[in-house]
Amino acid sequence: MTAINPQPAVSLPRGRPKSKILRRVRESCIMAGLIGCGVFSIATTLTIIVILSVEALRFFRLDEVSFWGFISGTKWSPLLGAEKHFGVWPLICGTLLVTAVAMAVALPLGLITAIWLSEYAKPKVRAVIKPVLEVLAGIPTVVFGFFALTVITPGLRWLHEGFGVYNAASAGLAVAVMCLPIVTSLAEDALRAVPRSLREGAFGLGATRFEVAVKVVTPAALSGIVAAFLLAIARAVGETMIVALAAGASPSLTLDPRSEVQPMTGYMVQIFLGDASNYGAEYYSSYAVAATLFLMTLLLTLIGHRVRVRYRQVYE
Amino acid sequence: MPATIPKHPEVNMMNPSIPLPPAPAEHDKTMRKSDPSTGHGDTQPAIEVAGFDAWYGDFHALKNMNMVIPEKRITAFIGPSGCGKSTFLRWINRMNDLVPSARAAGTLKLHGQDLLDSSTDVVELRRHVGMVFQKPNPFPKNIYDNVAFGPRLHLRMSRVELDQVVEQSLRSAALWDEVKDRLKSPALSLSGGQQQRLCIARAIAVGPSVLLMDEPCSALDPRSTAAIEDLMAQLRNDYTIAIVTHNMQQASRASDYSAFMYQGELIEFGDTEQVFTMPRNEQTQNYITGRFG
Repeated sequence: MTAINPQPAVSLPRGRPKSKILRRVRESCIMAGLIGCGVFSIATTLTIIVILSVEALRFFRLDEVSFWGFISGTKWSPLLGAEKHFGVWPLICGTLLVTAVAMAVALPLGLITAIWLSEYAKPKVRAVIKPVLEVLAGIPTVVFGFFALTVITPGLRWLHEGFGVYNAASAGLAVAVMCLPIVTSLAEDALRAVPRSLREGAFGLGATRFEVAVKVVTPAALSGIVAAFLLAIARAVGETMIVALAAGASPSLTLDPRSEVQPMTGYMVQIFLGDASNYGAEYYSSYAVAATLFLMTLLLTLIGHRVRVRYRQVYE
Repeated sequence: MPATIPKHPEVNMMNPSIPLPPAPAEHDKTMRKSDPSTGHGDTQPAIEVAGFDAWYGDFHALKNMNMVIPEKRITAFIGPSGCGKSTFLRWINRMNDLVPSARAAGTLKLHGQDLLDSSTDVVELRRHVGMVFQKPNPFPKNIYDNVAFGPRLHLRMSRVELDQVVEQSLRSAALWDEVKDRLKSPALSLSGGQQQRLCIARAIAVGPSVLLMDEPCSALDPRSTAAIEDLMAQLRNDYTIAIVTHNMQQASRASDYSAFMYQGELIEFGDTEQVFTMPRNEQTQNYITGRFG
């Protein structure tokens, strides 16, 4: 390598040259650090997946369990009764019911709030509301759980006698409150990322503010909005504290939001909090449930990725 | 709006029965006949500007403008960046309403109607004053839906009528032959020049009488620019066109009238040939000969 040594056109103060070896060492250290961090996070994830799979497989090898019974069974009673049943559907049903209630509230409300924030709110109002929303997203979910137990459930029971002390609707509404800031904040980011020129084009054709928001900006931001929705659904599916506190602990295959259910995460909390010994079928069953939950959220993430790629609008 | 259902879309498209401006189409032919040969012929005023001032917050963007923009002619606005050309254009269709700090005072009339009056319906106004932007900004929809966007907002139309509007608008924008076989493909798959012509078609489709063009060719290559200029020459028969441009050659070859603006003031306004060959003002002279700006 020949040294490049040009004569500067204008003579400026030169100082002392920096050490080239030191610079090379520093660059390699940074490189090694970056690789280390990357390997660490990937390794952690892989470890979790491996442990989940191994323990879940151990569960399926037990005598009283069959894989087919797990994925097709409609009765989940690992703790009570002489005969234990490991049919996962009641747990999945509990999770889906709570998630459905939560998303039925959080997605439309979040999107409408986002449209209002992005297209209607004055800059000063937005400057206050956006940070407040982001703070809301940071509230520990146990707080929402107690909120569900002490406020939402009594309210629901006052409205209608059919609601149980623990019920899916209450947990669902609390999860909705928890997800609302996420949906709003992410959807608003997506809407705001739509270039101003598109809005001007629509206004220039005589569109009203509402028409611009609904017919141009929202479709243009669709991929971001769908991504926000899927992230919220993933959060709701994986939500643990709220459902453990408010949804109940009796797995049942029902679509009635007034009744007590046990979502998958709720069951895992129950097992690991000491209601069961740390061996035996009921203990290992929680790994199988966790693996199922993992597959569900993985599927959501994959769908989200596909949607992003499919509908992404490239501006500029 | 049942009154706006076009019985004969091929006529009404250009002239949806709305009170604001007079009918553009027939008007022009009579004027042409009266003076087929020379210059720009008799002209009717389209936009009247008198004692017009505009601000962004404390910044005095336009100072005491006085001019009459003639109907069915191309008027070019030239001048260095920041001189207020675009600001002025964006007042004609009240696009500046979107800018919270923008305000204006004075007289700005389109076919006799005061545009600054609080009773002016901006949605209706923008149907009559179409705008084409510096950067082509087609919506992320297919070609057909882009052109149909405006008519769908304003008019109740049958599928057949809408098809006709889309075809005619695309023909008027000299784009039909290039896209007729792929109307359902995304507008963003078109080239930059095609996108810009699509935006012109989209503006035409709502039936305006005035077209504002804010540096419509600055993001385009020379061939696309030539195509847009040819198109403007055709559109001149039916539309009052106001175009902002940084391209002196474009202003001189494509426009009938030219307005030179500098630091918020209208320095000179007149026949393009006169402005470019014997400008009355020294600043104009300096600018068009490239001595500054």
